[in-house]
Amino acid sequence: MKILIAILARDLRLALRQGADSIMVVAFFIVTTTLFPFGVGPEANILARIASGVIWVSALLAAMLSLERVFQTDFEDGTLELLSLSPVPLELVVLGKVLAHWLTTGLPLIIAAPLMAVMLNMNSAGFGTLMLAMLVGTPALSLIGAIGAALILGARRGGVLVSLLVLPLYIPVLIFGAGAVEAALLGLPAGEHIQIMGAILLLTLALAPLAAARALRLAVE
Amino acid sequence: MVCVDWMIVFSGSDLTCRRGERLVFADLAFEAHPGDALMLRGRNGAGKSSLLRLMAGLSEPLTGTIFWQGENIRTDLPAHRARLQYLGHQDAVKPVLTVRDNLRLWASLRDVDNSDAAIDHALKALGILHLAKTSGRFLSSGQKRRTALARILIGESDLWLLDEPTVGLDRESCADLARIIDEFRAGGGIVVYSTHIDLDVAKPRSVDLDEFAMPMFDWLTTDDENHGITADTGDTRQSGANQGNAAGKTHKSRSTPSPDFTGIA
Amino acid sequence: MHRFAKPSVFLRLASAVMPWAVGITVLTLAVGLYLALVASPADYQQGDTVRIMYIHVPAAWMGLFCYVGMAICGAMSLIWKHPLADIAARATAPIGATFTALCLITGSLWGEPMWGTWWVWDARLTSMLILLFLYLGYMALVNAFDDPERGSKAGSALALVGVINVPIVKFSVDWWNTLHQPASVARMGGPSIDPSMLWPLFLIAIGFTGYYVIVLILRIRLELNERRIRALQLSGIGEDAPGSVQPVYNPEQAGAGE
Repeated sequence: MKILIAILARDLRLALRQGADSIMVVAFFIVTTTLFPFGVGPEANILARIASGVIWVSALLAAMLSLERVFQTDFEDGTLELLSLSPVPLELVVLGKVLAHWLTTGLPLIIAAPLMAVMLNMNSAGFGTLMLAMLVGTPALSLIGAIGAALILGARRGGVLVSLLVLPLYIPVLIFGAGAVEAALLGLPAGEHIQIMGAILLLTLALAPLAAARALRLAVE
Repeated sequence: MVCVDWMIVFSGSDLTCRRGERLVFADLAFEAHPGDALMLRGRNGAGKSSLLRLMAGLSEPLTGTIFWQGENIRTDLPAHRARLQYLGHQDAVKPVLTVRDNLRLWASLRDVDNSDAAIDHALKALGILHLAKTSGRFLSSGQKRRTALARILIGESDLWLLDEPTVGLDRESCADLARIIDEFRAGGGIVVYSTHIDLDVAKPRSVDLDEFAMPMFDWLTTDDENHGITADTGDTRQSGANQGNAAGKTHKSRSTPSPDFTGIA
Repeated sequence: MHRFAKPSVFLRLASAVMPWAVGITVLTLAVGLYLALVASPADYQQGDTVRIMYIHVPAAWMGLFCYVGMAICGAMSLIWKHPLADIAARATAPIGATFTALCLITGSLWGEPMWGTWWVWDARLTSMLILLFLYLGYMALVNAFDDPERGSKAGSALALVGVINVPIVKFSVDWWNTLHQPASVARMGGPSIDPSMLWPLFLIAIGFTGYYVIVLILRIRLELNERRIRALQLSGIGEDAPGSVQPVYNPEQAGAGE
């Protein structure tokens, strides 16, 4: 636990000092979401209909955008090698880094999401569910993304590659995340969706650090 | 199988290493007692870094085993990692963190009790205590190297694996490094290092990796005969194995490097 | 030195299996296609269009089968570090991707006369599409490294992650589909299939499997030879160094130490 906090604190500090990463992610999210009214027209009904999907897809892309950097700088400056040679389990290190990634990208997205929901004319009945679904869904995105980010270390064209690897794996989160909001908008209970997302989160929480740590060991081998 | 001389703490035998698809060295053996310094020599590409990475357990040898007190290091890698300190080519110094903050992570990962005191001690030993509050981006390459070296002083360890520790260091820093290494050895530690320039370390044992270089061609021919694509009847394999042995022997008999090799090193 | 963990054993096995695989493939595909295209009755609803199913369904099976096979190879490579497992996983991917693409194309061809549209977001078709994405991701990853071995290892890890994901994707796509589209759309290969249709289906599936085995063996052989060539080229570069070895290997001369 102490180690987890040490890694988390360091990564957070690095993110804050290097600055701008979280702001960029949120800016990307807002700009992408803004593109949709230009694409489908400003008609309020249509926008309200697609709002939950648009917000989720944009959040997915925004979360993915920052993935490449989760391990890349540490890989390049030799920190990753030393982390994998430290006596602490690498899975724990991965968990700390993913947590830092989520705090700097996932959390700001959750805060920005209702704003975009208002702009897309979404019924306010869905706001609570949207934020709850994102609260459960975005950590899973960071965890799954960490596997991709670890696998592409040392590869050519890492950034494009990571999206190709990770986006198909994001589909279940997208389906249930958008489904939960839609259910809430129709006045149906969204609990079931959230529960399934919770199950996905638990599964990724158990498996993703293992897979990512394995991939990191391959990268420094 | 292994004759356990308890004084030989760190040893390796029959090591073959492949990097990518290239054979780096073959049939390498080494041993080190407490207080020993092992100096790795060899041309560029002779496998100094590869050997250090094998010793650290980062990568796995193609054949052979590395032992710590008679036990294969790969059976308990976390324990091996806890006892070693590794210095790679890169310094792993974050530009946005101060020198002290850079080192703090490694202290917490090694569960050092009084991390500030330990960091102070390490910085003092390398003569960069005055830089403790400087952020990494303002350091010169030599200062970064010294920060990286300070890291290996933090926390208890029995084995130092230093890959080109002198790169970027000036003459005084090299002297500091030599002194630190000798202090560590006096406490029973084992140091393995690779270097191109002479580091003033007392009585190092030298391992010349050029002696274990196996020309790719030799290796390919032995392999061809053993597991050939065209030769796949049992008889050919048998004769192939013999030829493989023969090649191995001739290789070993060439242990004195030819004049051409030494010219490069 | 177990560079390829004795490929000679594999190669001997492969050359033993090869004629059988070719024979079975040709025979089952010939008989299966005859039954499917000529001998079997046309569907009372779908007419001759139903014959597309004889390609479509086995291709879908093969798409899944190859992915599972790839993941099993990936697991073997991670657990036992068997180099051939990596090569086999790598060789399987394009075959599986082709079968998956074949499944999608035939599904689309079938959909045009039946649904009046080339593409329907049907749960099964969508799942196959995602499977194709997983294949593409795997192939992109495997080929993105300068060291092919490193690429294969990363790919093996990805295949394992993917195979855990496949059922989750399937489940969530089914859920999504029932949510958005009531089950009014005609499904391909419904539950009640006449035995006269079942036979060609199985025969073609066996034929496809045989074809997979043939291509797999060919691709593994190719990969082994490629590695050999690369190794020879590498040693050629090494010969530039002083103290090099004679082009023709001769233990006596090498022993002389000159």
